[in-house]
Amino acid sequence: MKICVLVKEVPDAAVQKRIDPSTGRMDRNGEKNLNPYDTHAIEAAMQIREGGAVEVDEIVAVTMGPSTAIRALHKAVSLGADRSVHLSDDALAGSDVAATGYALAQTLKRESPDLVLLGQQSDDGECYTIGAVVADHLQMPSLTQVIQMDVEAGPPTQLRCERQAEYGYDTVQVELPAVISVGDAINEPRYPSLKAIMGAKKKPLDALAIGDVDIAADRVGESGSKVICGDFKAPPAKSAGEIIEDEDTNETVEKIVAWLDERKLI
Amino acid sequence: MDFDLSDDHRLLRQTVRDFAREQVAPVAEELDRTKSFPYELVAQMGELGWMGIPFPEEYGGAGGDSLAYALAVEELTRVDSSVAITMCAHTSLGTQPVYLFGSEVQRRELLPDLCAGRRLGAFGLTEPEAGSDAGNVRTRATLQDGEWVIDGAKQFITNAGTEISGHVAITAKTGENEISNIIVENGTPGYEQGQPYRKMGWNASDTRPLTFTDCRVPEENLLGPRGAGFKQFLHILDIGRIGVAAMGVGLAQGALDEALAYAKERRAFGKPISKFQTIQAKLADLSTEIEAARLLVYKAAREKDLGRNFTLTAAQAKLKTGRLAVRATEEAVQIHGGYGYIEEYPVCRFYRDAKILTIGEGTDEIQQMVIARALGA
Ligand SMILES: Cc1cc2nc3c(=O)[nH]c(=O)nc-3n(C[C@H](O)[C@H](O)[C@H](O)COP(=O)(O)OP(=O)(O)OC[C@H]3O[C@@H](n4cnc5c(N)ncnc54)[C@H](O)[C@@H]3O)c2cc1C
Repeated sequence: MKICVLVKEVPDAAVQKRIDPSTGRMDRNGEKNLNPYDTHAIEAAMQIREGGAVEVDEIVAVTMGPSTAIRALHKAVSLGADRSVHLSDDALAGSDVAATGYALAQTLKRESPDLVLLGQQSDDGECYTIGAVVADHLQMPSLTQVIQMDVEAGPPTQLRCERQAEYGYDTVQVELPAVISVGDAINEPRYPSLKAIMGAKKKPLDALAIGDVDIAADRVGESGSKVICGDFKAPPAKSAGEIIEDEDTNETVEKIVAWLDERKLI
Repeated sequence: MDFDLSDDHRLLRQTVRDFAREQVAPVAEELDRTKSFPYELVAQMGELGWMGIPFPEEYGGAGGDSLAYALAVEELTRVDSSVAITMCAHTSLGTQPVYLFGSEVQRRELLPDLCAGRRLGAFGLTEPEAGSDAGNVRTRATLQDGEWVIDGAKQFITNAGTEISGHVAITAKTGENEISNIIVENGTPGYEQGQPYRKMGWNASDTRPLTFTDCRVPEENLLGPRGAGFKQFLHILDIGRIGVAAMGVGLAQGALDEALAYAKERRAFGKPISKFQTIQAKLADLSTEIEAARLLVYKAAREKDLGRNFTLTAAQAKLKTGRLAVRATEEAVQIHGGYGYIEEYPVCRFYRDAKILTIGEGTDEIQQMVIARALGA
């Protein structure tokens, strides 16, 4: 079985996010890291391999991004992926979710994976949608927000997944191949050892441009994207709340009830 | 000149940073309060290869360099000094002598467990009569029937008295004007670790006095040639300074992190205190000095990695960062006001942890001597 894990480089969680007023896009300067949700996807792949229910021949980390995105692959490989694929091309800059999903799907076709794993959202874009777009292009079933995954050896190999939905939990049985996006409750990712970090560069990395994977130039990049970035602004600062001092609890309760009542909230 | 870290170094730094934030920070206050040695964290760090960063893989080390080591020490200290000094003293004081001066047999026997963090190494140089004047060793070792018979005492030794302490490399007089380094393994009859000291800081780190009474170890426990002890310990201290200097930068940075976050939250006179010029000046000065000190530390590490003489830079880095850590933690407490005096806030512990950095592994006055000597003064 071959598992491909989609990964992305994002601004580090410690960096305060802001919109760059000149471009209307997110300011991606500063310290970067592998998208935290993607580390859970890699860990999930590693746990399938180590679980032993099925034979995992290969775990391949795949990213689309500028040259610096290679660092996300470096980390993915140090966390256990066997090799990595870097799709990078000037023509891809400015791709929206649909274009990105198409480009990634074209890249994945070349690998013909049995399972595609990814984080349910990226720390910067927070779209939650890439998995579904990729699955549609690959004509594979898609499950999102998966927080538990058990493999049942086949044939056909099946996954029993628990999804975290708004209203509770779904348990879904899915036949491979499939595209699964995982939530951070699925596992506790390991830290890469120093040896693994230093060994990562020795693992194979394929650098691909759009021509290598039959990506139509007019379907990607800013021109191939349907999303138009308009006027992004930081949300207005919230006005200060009203603090009700708790001197006498009965009185406080009355005040709160009156406040809510006034706003027709109860 | 390239100020960018390599990808490997950057990823290591990020990993240690994540580990410190996720694994160390939640337990640091409790470890300090209960004066508990961080066994679990040491085991985890061992698995990640951080208890043997600068040693070759053939001995079980991670095969990293001094810069990698300094980065890891810095990031750990940013969150907790006790955990950092445990790793730091183990690496540059406890394990280095075995790696640098040990025979092939000693290396093969001791290094794999040390590098994996299964065993801790300690370095016994300081004595009641030999601190800054470390050559004034009183501990004696006499060769009798193929064994060194050791009598004496050591003072303030880190990592010697834990459940996983493996050995201490001590300096001993093996002749009239002759100092040698000898390995004494824990459990050797006649070698005893006293009660831990009640310290100002570094509360979760193990520091004890040691005594040797008719303690016998095999002749082969000598490290390197007989009589080379003085030169050897000077070299060990040079290397150690890079680690302690990295601690100074890390602690100062940790203090700034806390102070900045607090200043943005805390309000007075109708606005966050971070908007007051005097507070901003403190934050700006600290960040500037930290950046300058950090470059000095990385330069010392780099010089060592390139095989150059790093004695001067390491002493400068140690002098600069120890003082900076003391000042930065004091300012951080000041910015916290009364809350900084309360143990719930990490800066309170940082303040107590800082002072040792102008004393241990060569006092500031000793660094000044080393630096002045290098200047030819
Ligand atoms: C928590 C802790 C952990 C430690 N861990 C270890 C360890 O693992 N291994 C180990 O061997 N040691 C360890 N030490 C010992 C430490 O390295 C010594 O305390 C330090 O070197 C100073 O020696 P001293 O305490 O004897 O002070 P002294 O040497 O007595 O110095 C007292 C004062 O006199 C000054 N002074 C001394 N000589 C001169 C001079 N020539 N010119 C100007 N001023 C001078 C000093 O700078 C200092 O201000 C540790 C100490 C502590 C507190």
